[in-house]
Amino acid sequence: MSEAVEPARREATVRVFRGEDRASGGFVDYTVPVDPGMVVLDVMFRVQQMRAPDLAVRWNCKAGKCGSCSAEVNGRPRLMCMTRLSSLPATEPITVAPMATFPLVRDLVTDVSFNYEKARTFPNVKLAPPGPDGKRRMYQEEVDRVQEFHKCIECFLCQNVCHVIRDHEENKAAYSGPRFFVKMAALEMHPLDTHSRVEMLRAKHGLGLCNITKCCTEVCPESIRITDNAIIPLKERVVSEYYDPLAWVKRRIFGEKEPAAPAER
Amino acid sequence: MSVQPRAEHDERTYDVIVIGGGGAGLRAAIEATSQGAKTAVVCKSLFGKAHTVMAEGGMAAALRNVWPEDGWDVHFRDTMRGGKLLGNWRMAQIHAQESPDRVLELEEWGAMFDRTPDGLILQRDFGGHRYARLAHVGDRTGLELIRTLQYRAIELGIDVLMECNIQRLLMDDGHVAGAFGYWRQTGRYILLRAKAIVLATGGAGRSWRVTTNSWESTGDGLRLALEAGAELMDIEFVQFHPTGMVWPLSVRGLLVTEGVRGDGGTLKNKDGERFMFRYIPEFFKAETADNAAEADRWYEDKKNNRRTPDLLPRDEVARAINSEVKAGRGTPHGGVWLDIASRRSADYIKRRLPSMYVQFKELADVDITKEAFEIGPTCHYFMGGIRVDADSTATTVRGLFAAGECAAGLHGANRLGGNSLSDLVVFGRRAGLHAAQFAAAQRAPGAVDPTELDAAVARMRAPLERQGGEDPYAIQSDLQDTMQDLVGLIRTQSELDEALVRIRSYRERLSRVSAPGAARYNPGWNLALDLESMLTVSEAVTRAASLRKESRGGHTRDDFPKADPEWAKVNVVVRRTDGELALQTEPLPQMPAELSEIVTGEGKATAAAAPHTT
Repeated sequence: MSEAVEPARREATVRVFRGEDRASGGFVDYTVPVDPGMVVLDVMFRVQQMRAPDLAVRWNCKAGKCGSCSAEVNGRPRLMCMTRLSSLPATEPITVAPMATFPLVRDLVTDVSFNYEKARTFPNVKLAPPGPDGKRRMYQEEVDRVQEFHKCIECFLCQNVCHVIRDHEENKAAYSGPRFFVKMAALEMHPLDTHSRVEMLRAKHGLGLCNITKCCTEVCPESIRITDNAIIPLKERVVSEYYDPLAWVKRRIFGEKEPAAPAER
Repeated sequence: MSVQPRAEHDERTYDVIVIGGGGAGLRAAIEATSQGAKTAVVCKSLFGKAHTVMAEGGMAAALRNVWPEDGWDVHFRDTMRGGKLLGNWRMAQIHAQESPDRVLELEEWGAMFDRTPDGLILQRDFGGHRYARLAHVGDRTGLELIRTLQYRAIELGIDVLMECNIQRLLMDDGHVAGAFGYWRQTGRYILLRAKAIVLATGGAGRSWRVTTNSWESTGDGLRLALEAGAELMDIEFVQFHPTGMVWPLSVRGLLVTEGVRGDGGTLKNKDGERFMFRYIPEFFKAETADNAAEADRWYEDKKNNRRTPDLLPRDEVARAINSEVKAGRGTPHGGVWLDIASRRSADYIKRRLPSMYVQFKELADVDITKEAFEIGPTCHYFMGGIRVDADSTATTVRGLFAAGECAAGLHGANRLGGNSLSDLVVFGRRAGLHAAQFAAAQRAPGAVDPTELDAAVARMRAPLERQGGEDPYAIQSDLQDTMQDLVGLIRTQSELDEALVRIRSYRERLSRVSAPGAARYNPGWNLALDLESMLTVSEAVTRAASLRKESRGGHTRDDFPKADPEWAKVNVVVRRTDGELALQTEPLPQMPAELSEIVTGEGKATAAAAPHTT
């Protein structure tokens, strides 16, 4: 096994946002000892243990699997648990700020309920009945592309970085964001699903507002190709169903196939 | 008596509340709702972030897609033997019979398992399972499970109380009437009134230094159950997963899935020796390969070869690794090597174990497709927990149910890999079903005694109001060292005695704990309150480990190195009386003769003899 080549960093200074609202809060510097191999989340623990026991940090698995510890590290949206100190310049303090797109709860913790509300606005999978032998068959080749979307850990970094809502609070009501385009792509591309969500993607989820700048793809810790594999194929479906004259005529003749909306809560 | 203004709190009323938002809790809430009960699920973290996401390898179910020879009886036999015959036979039977239906139901709700060439759910090999039995999604099966249940719960419109921490169960004349706790985001108190409560709070591995468990796994449900008058059982059995990361220190303890070995990886000591052949216990000799050639053939041909000892049950492998390191045959950072690079192609490894590949690459600068990597035992799972009725998951307290890791019985002295995810959905469903039925028979939730709320508030506020007291992080850190050093993989009387003395001193320190700051999202305060659970559970584990004077499964005594047939007949049961824990042994339920024959049939168990029952 090769030893990691780390800079000889014995301590680190982190510049952490503290406060309960963005206007009155501000950055506070903490210098703590560090060990080789540490990630930014480890440094936050050191700060809690040695300097600021009430520092608000949200985390769970510390293994890049739960998506809780999202923050902006040196200005870049990251998971704190997967950001090695050795990947950051040792010469300057490490800036750690809460995600900008969501309301602040305290320190590094934001209120991400926007995402949990959006999660309730489209129908879940509804499978076609099993085959004659009572079994459902799907083949690995067709499952592969959906499994890519199922890797999503709901860290909401893609939502945070998406400028449709990051810079425009007013778009939040009519725009669901990359996370839910990925989710709906997974449902739409499920080999056995029977719903269609194409009309709602256009009318209710604001798919058209996305202008494919790929910021979401760049920050995805699971390397899901959000823009290329989820958003663009969904946009193509909307185009072919709603702006294709033949499909339009067919809809007029055979009646609109609208997906059942889930019960509003 | 002076009249003090009562602390403000939110209040909600349900038929059933489920405490715990992992796999068992979500499955329970889904079932309770489907039965018509007004249900809420309480998550200590955000929705969908519970410890279940960390489960990697798969969920065991005799689907018979890969090996038609498999069946519930074989799965039942493997589970009982893996648990060193201490498991509850009825739970093991229910689990083996119902898990295939629970897997298929997840597929119905959107889960996408890896496929066989024929388009069915693929199954993978894991330790202690006779046949490749684990339905899986690469090495992120737990994520698939929780996400599937999460969106099913959304579909059903279940109320989800996120970042809500329950600190006390409220009782009315011997049955549960509600729960009281606080919202982490605001620090506000919340009263939940309910006719029935399901505990699904997971384990308590956070009390060990080297652990796969997150900050959440503090054993809250175990403490709540004890305080409500319920019992714990088999609490001395803590599973140390054989393969956790050991280097760098930052990731020490982080889980490395058993799937690495299931997919062909092998353990080696510093001399390159496949040492597991020297550690095959008598109990598993008949079914375990004693040479490398046979072990390697077994992956492809299970009929004519015996299983590789790399896939012995976890307790055996963890002890073997410990012995190798102690004998001076360990790796530079005190583990052993796990090698899949020299045995499988890079493409295969990346496809089968994608998150392991990333985890090592990004956190340890190791490419597992090119080199062997260091692993060692890490605290992983509580076999023991709340004592429940096998069929209904009812505790001994009326209206209180428990499922998942916080419940005891299924796994006996040692859990097989893959049996946890299936446990969650099989018994989560049963807990939701029986809690809903119980609730339907009650006219209204029981009465809540306001003085109980005042007492709870006073206890919860104390650390915030106290100045300059004990530091909760320091108490936690000392506890983790104590449990790691003295109540770890290998135990001995003098160390257990010392651990108990120390735990009592931490309890004294906890009475003086202070948490600077306000109640709004204050991790120091949250920890100060969770320490109550950590200390209660640590004491229970230590005292039960002290009582059981034998070695069995996840409980190994240096001073009593052999299994004792007398101890095979009893469970250790813990109760709380007059504020103190009281332990006693109670006889195991007797297995019916026809099941006993399956277990002792020396590998004679064959294809399912009976249909699945639900």
